[in-house]
Amino acid sequence: MTATITTGPGNNNGNNGNGNGTNATPTRGDAVPRYTGRRSPLAQRFRRGIVTPGGAVFVLLALLLAALFALNPQLAGEGQFTRFIGRTAPIAIVALGQYFVILSGELDLSMGAVISAQVVLAGNLIGQDAGMILPVLALMILVALVVGLVNGLIVTFLRVPSFIATLGTALVISGLTFYSTGGAPSGNPTDAFRAIGRSGIDGIPVLGFLPFSVIVLAVLIVLAVLLVRSPFGRMLAAAGDNSRATALTGASVAFLRIRAFAISAIASTVAAVLLIGYAGVSPVVGQGYEFTAITAVVLGGVALSGGRGWVLSAVAGAFVLEVLFSLLDFAGVASTWRPAVQGAIILVALGVPLIRWARLRTIVPRRAPQGGAAHHTGTGSVAGRRKG
Amino acid sequence: MSAPTTNQSGTPSGNRSGNLAAAAATSPRRAATTVRRLRGSTTATVYLVLVVVLIACAVLSALAGRSFFSPGNLSALLTATTVLGFVAIGQTLVILVGSLDLSVPFLVSLSSVLAAGTMQGSPDAFATGVLVALVATTVLGLVNGVLVGLVGINGFMATLGVGLIISGYLFTNYQGSTGQASPQLVSLGSASIGFVPVLSIVLLAFFLGTAVLLTRTRTGMHLYAVGGDPHAARLSGVRTAAPVLLAHALSGLFSGIAGLVIVARLGVGSPGVGGQGGYDLLSIAAVVLGGAALAGGRGSLWGTLGGILIFASIDSLLGILEVNPYLKDVVRGVVIVAAVAVYARRKGLSSIVRFPGGPTRAAIDRGGAETADPGPVNRSDVEVGPIAAHPETTGRSGR
Repeated sequence: MTATITTGPGNNNGNNGNGNGTNATPTRGDAVPRYTGRRSPLAQRFRRGIVTPGGAVFVLLALLLAALFALNPQLAGEGQFTRFIGRTAPIAIVALGQYFVILSGELDLSMGAVISAQVVLAGNLIGQDAGMILPVLALMILVALVVGLVNGLIVTFLRVPSFIATLGTALVISGLTFYSTGGAPSGNPTDAFRAIGRSGIDGIPVLGFLPFSVIVLAVLIVLAVLLVRSPFGRMLAAAGDNSRATALTGASVAFLRIRAFAISAIASTVAAVLLIGYAGVSPVVGQGYEFTAITAVVLGGVALSGGRGWVLSAVAGAFVLEVLFSLLDFAGVASTWRPAVQGAIILVALGVPLIRWARLRTIVPRRAPQGGAAHHTGTGSVAGRRKG
Repeated sequence: MSAPTTNQSGTPSGNRSGNLAAAAATSPRRAATTVRRLRGSTTATVYLVLVVVLIACAVLSALAGRSFFSPGNLSALLTATTVLGFVAIGQTLVILVGSLDLSVPFLVSLSSVLAAGTMQGSPDAFATGVLVALVATTVLGLVNGVLVGLVGINGFMATLGVGLIISGYLFTNYQGSTGQASPQLVSLGSASIGFVPVLSIVLLAFFLGTAVLLTRTRTGMHLYAVGGDPHAARLSGVRTAAPVLLAHALSGLFSGIAGLVIVARLGVGSPGVGGQGGYDLLSIAAVVLGGAALAGGRGSLWGTLGGILIFASIDSLLGILEVNPYLKDVVRGVVIVAAVAVYARRKGLSSIVRFPGGPTRAAIDRGGAETADPGPVNRSDVEVGPIAAHPETTGRSGR
């Protein structure tokens, strides 16, 4: 019923219904249609969404998956694909946590250190006693909340830029982790605990084998989507987009951001629980995860300046990364190149849209020789240049 | 008009912003001197903190039964500062221009493996090794600059991306330490005059040279201008990309020199040596500790030098007290966050001087109360026009 009215150009009086940005995919400035207050038809929304970075990542994922299946037909075999998803789960979960922090306009570089710390904590406290699993899990959640609170307080109340604050806490956390272990792997939790990351349910009709990590990931994705659509999620995006305006509406931007940091610390903890199953207990197990998460989120088209981006795109970004790594393994590229691949992805994902902006500038009269400033990217200078 | 005279006291109160704003509106020269005085006092504060830290170090060392100011310890302290010192010169330039360089640890490592790999312990290959390492790191720094200044990627992410690419190259092609330093480099690394290592003197010379570049040349002024407000700089005829390119290229060059210093010390190159040093975070922290604004446009090299010395003193003290090296990281992390937090508070007050992107919060609060009044106030006095928003002006004519 909405389909017939929406596209009419002068028809912007229908302010009722679901007007508040229900299309979660962000549309770029050039693709934004005239605001009509109503949903566009599904096909149209799909077409618009697919050309945004947040939508394109799904196309990229489909292409890469097709390539992977073509190269490795075994992947279609009994339970192989679900195992693959299970392997990706930790990265995807870390990306989910990072998404919330980035949405709020900050960065969390302490995730890798938190993962390592939690792995060591679980490895040494649980031991061979299955009865200790629940108390230690509770303790880990508590530790995560404290880390998130400390990160959030440093960023909001001490006004330390988040990347320095979280690098600092990462230094503290990993220092304590290494100090407690002496730098060597130690601790061996009971198999019942390792099973969370390692095993799953066998004999599912279509899928065959369903790892627990896939279930955890699915649950977390649903929770994250609900959270993004909740009032908290909306306000968090608002705080990331324009913290001043959000503060003037009466919201506590500080509390919003503190909760975002808590979410990311908890996500790291869940990833740690899953990783204990795969990797052993080592103080370096989480190394580099923060950058992998940032790469995934950037790949998902989420704006690093905050306030924009779809949560599912961030997850898709994590999967693209993992599929890409698998493809590179197939091509015989050494796994030591992985950081380089991430770096290249970051540069391409962030640089290409900006280059498109630079092209656009040639249409605007008098193209200036350089592309904007160090901290304000494209848009600001375009607006300024139009005046002159 | 009486406002400008009151701002001489310089007490850190909320009122200062209003007074300075009035000063800027009425007497630009006086405002300029005030700003200069503030900047001077920032560096002065850094050195004051350094003196306090040194006294604390001396006392704590004495309590542990050791001497902090023994020539041996001072020599070790100065030796420990050189690598971070070179990296921090480049980082200062990059931060001044409003960007960041996270690729420094990888550039340091790259320089070390390239130099040691080219030299292979041969005295003839000294110049080639140095040249290869420095050209490579400078070119990569320039790549950073292009990505930040011309493409327009955020400095943090651009340099992170380049850094990750370099680390992929390093860890694929080098396992463990490689190559060997040429004898000249080794002797340069171990030479010292009295208890002062020669490399520390070289570092100081580079600090001097870069300080001259920053404060005495047009290029230096452009660096500050672009870092402070790229749009304003552009409107005043500055090519805003050039200083960004220069700062990043120099940061690459200085990281390369830092890598050479490491080769001179260790005798070999190593792909992980920069990462282990944590030079990215430490150099940024030293620059911020030295009073520079992370947003760019404010800060000085001498402040950075003070920041480095503060870090080195604390590190040296922890060494004297025989603290576990892992706990050293904990202390470092706490010091970094605490230092930046202290400076962030201070900056929140004084950055108002620069009118960053709109009226201050205090002005909004007061202005908000004003707009509740009906308009005739402003309409009666046409001349007020551009400064009508100023709380003092409107406040006086309103009541």
